[in-house]
Amino acid sequence: MLAFIIRRLVQAVIVMLTVAFIAFMLFQYVGDPVTNLLGQDATPEQRAQLRADLGLDAPFPIQFARFVGNAVRGEFGLSLRQGRTVSSLIVERFPATVELAMVAAVIALAAGIPMGVYAALRRGRFGSQLLMMVSLLGVSLPTFLIGILLILFFAVVLNILPSFGRGETVALGSWTTGWLTVDGWRHLVLPAITLSVFQLALIMRLVRAEMLEVLRTDYIKFARARGITDRSVYFGHALKNTLVPVITITGLQLGALIAFAIITETVFQWPGMGLLFIQAVQFADIPVMAAYLCLIALIFVLINLFVDLLYFAVDPRLRVERPAAAH
Amino acid sequence: MALFLDGDLWFSFKHSPTAVLAAIIATVCIVCAVFANWIAPHNPFDLATLDLIDSRLPPAWLEGGSTKYLLGTDDQGRDILSALMYGSRISLLVGLASVALSVLIGVGLGLLSGFVGGSIDAFIMRVCDVMLSFPSILVALLIDGIGRALFPNAHDTLAFSVLVFAIALTGWVQYARTVRGSTMVERNKEYVQAARVIGVASWRVMFRHVLPNVLGPVLVLATIQIAGAIITEATLSFLGVGVPPTSPSLGTLIRIGQDFLFSGEWWITIFPGAMLVLIALSVNLLGDWLRDALNPRLR
Amino acid sequence: MTAALLEVRHLRVEFPTRRGTLVALDDVSFDIAPGEILGVVGESGAGKSLTGASIIGLLEPPGRIASGEILLEGRRIDNLPPDAMRGIRGRQIGAIFQDPLTSLNPLYTVGRQLVETIRTHLPVSEAEARERAVALLRETGIPAAEARIDQYPHQFSGGMRQRVVIALALAAEPKLIVADEPTTALDVSIQAQIISLLKRLTRDHGAAVMLVTHDMGVIAEASDRVAVMYAGRVVEMGPVQDVIHRPAHPYTVGLMGSIPSMDGSRDRLLQIEGTMPRLNAIPAGCAFNPRCPRVFERCRRERPNLMTTGATRAACWLVGQATGAAA
Repeated sequence: MLAFIIRRLVQAVIVMLTVAFIAFMLFQYVGDPVTNLLGQDATPEQRAQLRADLGLDAPFPIQFARFVGNAVRGEFGLSLRQGRTVSSLIVERFPATVELAMVAAVIALAAGIPMGVYAALRRGRFGSQLLMMVSLLGVSLPTFLIGILLILFFAVVLNILPSFGRGETVALGSWTTGWLTVDGWRHLVLPAITLSVFQLALIMRLVRAEMLEVLRTDYIKFARARGITDRSVYFGHALKNTLVPVITITGLQLGALIAFAIITETVFQWPGMGLLFIQAVQFADIPVMAAYLCLIALIFVLINLFVDLLYFAVDPRLRVERPAAAH
Repeated sequence: MALFLDGDLWFSFKHSPTAVLAAIIATVCIVCAVFANWIAPHNPFDLATLDLIDSRLPPAWLEGGSTKYLLGTDDQGRDILSALMYGSRISLLVGLASVALSVLIGVGLGLLSGFVGGSIDAFIMRVCDVMLSFPSILVALLIDGIGRALFPNAHDTLAFSVLVFAIALTGWVQYARTVRGSTMVERNKEYVQAARVIGVASWRVMFRHVLPNVLGPVLVLATIQIAGAIITEATLSFLGVGVPPTSPSLGTLIRIGQDFLFSGEWWITIFPGAMLVLIALSVNLLGDWLRDALNPRLR
Repeated sequence: MTAALLEVRHLRVEFPTRRGTLVALDDVSFDIAPGEILGVVGESGAGKSLTGASIIGLLEPPGRIASGEILLEGRRIDNLPPDAMRGIRGRQIGAIFQDPLTSLNPLYTVGRQLVETIRTHLPVSEAEARERAVALLRETGIPAAEARIDQYPHQFSGGMRQRVVIALALAAEPKLIVADEPTTALDVSIQAQIISLLKRLTRDHGAAVMLVTHDMGVIAEASDRVAVMYAGRVVEMGPVQDVIHRPAHPYTVGLMGSIPSMDGSRDRLLQIEGTMPRLNAIPAGCAFNPRCPRVFERCRRERPNLMTTGATRAACWLVGQATGAAA
């Protein structure tokens, strides 16, 4: 087990280094690194000084090492667009995205899993066909369109929910949260639902497909042949076996949520990292793009690691290193 | 393949009402898009025909609308219906082009990986793993962003190419995997070795045998991915980093329309949205049906 | 003559497909007395497993029982509502399937699966159930049962797993066990062990067995009586020694002739010409007539029922002509 963890950690580091490499290439060769670091208003003397300091004539590996060193400390220079340090921008926007993503994830799981189970158990009946059609819609409707439709219905027509911004937030140290105020929650509702729809539909279809597969296995047939109650068969045996692969995929989806937040934040003008990134892309603001890339990669890698450990805890087949001796 | 069309596949199609409906809807959309020049009642890009007096008209069945502009007009007096058709054309074009490119890249890399094996294979598979774990939108955005930074004053064709390339890069992995699997299976077969002995280029022989095998799954994947590609393009355009503003796709139209939601002119954004959904949904349904029909286990 | 435990009368199982209805079981009738072991033998596709599935009520849709009756201790069980049937499964009729690898839920310990089965059918406490489970495991010859009861299926070898499966089937003390190819997936060296275990345990617990297999050796070793199936019909039935040494039906003759003999009394293995017909192409009259070396005109026109000849009954006009009377 320890060997496994170490192996995964090494893989994680490799992935991070690769991503850092790509970010570094962005930094150095797409656009001007000096401008990236100093901003556009630097004087020629400042530029020359920085050039010397940075040792831009230094060999490639040293520059890369320096970049990684800076990155690890969160130092990505100045945003070309806003003139502030990239790290301060990210710290400011991070909580908004995280809170949004987490609420969306909870919605997707809490609704998606039961719906998937229902669709599998009541296969062929009207309710389940309806659910499948709705889920198809959920996968076919682009996220931004869902957001617009929700805005149209709840903000314009009914006028009961706000359509942009985060509302009232409470500062807890350097973390601003919208979870402690009613206004914050009101602003959270529409964006969170929008963000969750795609994942919800995906989870629902996945759970249904997995459950149908599981229901066809021999051990379920054998459990039925032993007269085990339907409830135990479905919600004990079948569900447990269904959820194991669902966990990995859901975990990975969590990372996707943070990325998809880009779209939702744009529709609702939600002040998170996604909106920051989009503005960076529009403006070709390389330092922000590079920083976002590294941060997202880090989040993904951490989530993957966590999911792997979770797998270990849930599936006993992975725990035993050597199978028991025969007969 | 021909045998397929005659027998089970066509049977399954005829008996699946959703598939037939989806095919009809998809055909209508495609026809509208392809023949937009001839079918559309107006040309929304010809500035000379625009009349500001006709701006912000609601759809024909609402009060204030006129049958001249069936689905209403936007703030510049452009007919929404015509904008829809032209926009669909762009959306479909980009969608199809990127999937085609995806297939090319994926099948090519898959063949290479399966046939050559060794460290090249391992490397390509690693890349696949990493790419799969990143959400497509991020990859597309990144490529697009780099493109913008590299070519800040790009003209339209370049911008389109970058866009198509960006979307293509999000989808090639599936094809590569499938093709690689089939290639590796075929590579070990005796006729490949026999061909080598005779002196025929074994890759040529393999080509003729591997490709027919993978055509089925690749087709299913491609159909499903077309919807995804169209939506990705729409999303990128909606975010402002997709097609250039001179050739608005459905996504661009939706973005423009969002600003008018609160002033009550919902049709400017909703109709392009509905068109997008119709196209995506019908293609998705067709892909679903195709996958079930070609799945040997369900027959 | 003691009353039969299980009676199958004129069972007909159909599969509606889009190309017409396939008849998978056609007028199948047999009895099983309490405590006896009935072997059911035939090629793959002859309908042996379907018969077993129909008896325990786990026929997979779209397959359905079109006509006929199945009686357990004189009461019909083929038309019971699902809940009542579930009560019978495990408690009155147990089942064993072919592949021990997939018959056990990999995520539950062996003990949990045993205790669950016991407590579903018998009103005992958790502790009592666990004691019974340990005793059962010990009976099936699993060493260190006390410790191994808390292990997971993947920690057992193939033969051990099948012992666990047998324990599970016997857990609620059923009167009949339907064993579907219980040794086919096991190593040859283990097969004999499992068969003798099955024989011993069912005798000790007073359970009858319907032993379905394509392996004549197993039949010879374990059964009291045997039924030979072909194309969904029973073609011969009788005490095992009689059927093996004095087969009446040409198909049975062919089957016996194709078994290699250790004492070298055969120069060549007999092969039956042709293959068993597919369900959508069953010949008129006797289903075996295209392949029968002793076929004549009547065989092609009329389908023979089981007719007595000596100690056995065979569905063959050769027998019918000789005796002139139906069974």
